[in-house]
Amino acid sequence: MWNYTEKVMDHFLNPRNVGEVDNPDGEATVGNIRCGDALKLGFKLDNNGKIAEIKFKTFGCGSAIASSSVLTEMVKGKTLEEAEKITNKDIVKALGGLPEEKIHCSVMGMEALQSAIANYRGTEYKHEDEDEHHGRIVCHCFGVTDAKIRKIAKENEIKTVEGITNYCKAGGDCGRCKNDILEILQGVWKLESQKEKQSETPVLTFTQKVIKIQAVIDSDIRPMLEQDGGSIEFIDLRGDTVVVRLKGRCSMCPSSGITLKNIVEEKLREYVSADLKIKEIRG
Amino acid sequence: MNPQVIYVDNNATTAIDPEVFEAMKPFLTEFYGNPSSIHHFGGNVAAYIKKGREQLAEFLRAEPEEIIFTSCGTESDNSAVLSTLNTYPTRKKVVTSKVEHPAILNLGKYLREKGYIVSEIPVDKFGKIDMTALEEMVDADTAVVSIMWANNETGNIYPVEKIAQITKSKGALFHTDAVQAVGKIPINLKNSAIDMLSLSGHKLHAPKGVGALFVRKGVGFKPFMIGGHQESGRRAGTENVAGIVALGKASELAGKYMNYENKEVKELRDYLESRILKRIPKTVINGDVANRVPNTTNIAFEFIEGESILLLLDEAGIAASSGSACTTGSLEPSHVLRAMDVPYTSAHGSIRFSLSRYNTKAEMDRIIETLVPAIKKLREISPYWRP
Repeated sequence: MWNYTEKVMDHFLNPRNVGEVDNPDGEATVGNIRCGDALKLGFKLDNNGKIAEIKFKTFGCGSAIASSSVLTEMVKGKTLEEAEKITNKDIVKALGGLPEEKIHCSVMGMEALQSAIANYRGTEYKHEDEDEHHGRIVCHCFGVTDAKIRKIAKENEIKTVEGITNYCKAGGDCGRCKNDILEILQGVWKLESQKEKQSETPVLTFTQKVIKIQAVIDSDIRPMLEQDGGSIEFIDLRGDTVVVRLKGRCSMCPSSGITLKNIVEEKLREYVSADLKIKEIRG
Repeated sequence: MNPQVIYVDNNATTAIDPEVFEAMKPFLTEFYGNPSSIHHFGGNVAAYIKKGREQLAEFLRAEPEEIIFTSCGTESDNSAVLSTLNTYPTRKKVVTSKVEHPAILNLGKYLREKGYIVSEIPVDKFGKIDMTALEEMVDADTAVVSIMWANNETGNIYPVEKIAQITKSKGALFHTDAVQAVGKIPINLKNSAIDMLSLSGHKLHAPKGVGALFVRKGVGFKPFMIGGHQESGRRAGTENVAGIVALGKASELAGKYMNYENKEVKELRDYLESRILKRIPKTVINGDVANRVPNTTNIAFEFIEGESILLLLDEAGIAASSGSACTTGSLEPSHVLRAMDVPYTSAHGSIRFSLSRYNTKAEMDRIIETLVPAIKKLREISPYWRP
């Protein structure tokens, strides 16, 4: 059972502004029945360009209905310029919070409003769609592209696959694209962290590098390998090439190449210098 | 029993029968000894485990030595399949169906990662198993076929005896997850081809935390839990004495109530179902209507979503369950309804009512009177509804 706030339950049990506006100035439907939720939103403006009437119809769970209902209350009396600034986070806030898994309901509200405003202006809603059509479809169940996932990740600082699923449903059905989403996220956040690192870290001298490599191996990498019965020894630094020897179970492990590349090199690049390469010597 | 709630979610879990509770209570208070102890205080308890085993065996028409007590249905399922794979290490294939419980489906996923071949037999739109596909899939490489006796969501009953015979003819073992069948329909393992059967206590008015696995005499078994000598070395771990006593008593009572379940409970279910279909337009029953356990109905309400229906029922103190998965963390209709290819217009709005011997006709009327306006209200909010 979800722990819905009183505000969510109030808007679910007593939804405001249900229905359809006759001859609306702007109107849009987002979502569809296959995906499990959909929202139709229409509005009329008064002479001062403010939203005088707004109505919705929603197919979906309790929080989808509540998100739609609270949104109509939030925008009534606002100009379109004011209304279009409303984000899904504002909707969540107005409801006193939503369960993580239901964040996509608030996103649907935001998208419907922006689409309806775009419909009034005679333009296409471009906020997300522009990227969407250019990208590669990652989640086939919900038709979500890599571009959209990147955008969502950056804008909302989402670092986990579950976070992406909660926001836009991608990965929430068959789950086959979860690895793809993870790779996209790793891509996004690796770039970001490298940018940060580069601007923060001063250039190290050769000796400083050696000391730092030794420290990272001792404190981070070796303990990790020891958990699997292996170990590692730092032999030398030649230019940007870190020479190491794997010991214990790691030395016999057929996937030691992967260990070196994914764990050792990754860590050293992260903590010491992005230019480092790993070389293993045996025996 | 909780008078505040109308409980129609008995396929999820059931109320403990007061007689069952009375029977188990002394083993939680006074007689807490370990049945393996040398002293009388512990050792005396073993006699009650023996009695529980005999009660369950009699209910299933099995031998007491064929019963292994476990902690739950999932443990029984896992033990059965893994035991077979360990007993026949040269056979690398498991055959199951697309509508199994996660205890089997996710075990299958795990086994696939370990290099086994796991075939899932498809079902038709009524949820019936494709028997031709089954015959083709079971081959000389198959170690075990595992098909549920009854489905938890639709209540569909599967022809397990026939499947067991097909399996036997191919030299593989047959296991059935009977968690949703035991206590609802008569089970007789005496002259059966079924090799292994899983059941769970809390689905038949015993508490959570106890289950059992039937393993036919002569069928090789390798334990899942490794440790002490309990359950004749087939399931290590100190016995859940109170749970076992409870399961024994619950199975005795289930035998006593079997006719009631198949007459009175079935009539209540049929009453609820027919009234809903009559009073609410655009409703469809999911499943194989003529072939279901007597307590279950799964009804699709078109153009609305299941969670919102459940929330409105919950407001009225009615506890039911959704085939749609907004409630379970996943965002899609259940794997069962999807395997049956239930259209999306109704799959999202499917509700399961599962009754028990504690339900009354007055409760069914309350459900109907709550449901009619609730469905109407949600459809008025839905952009897809056209009256």
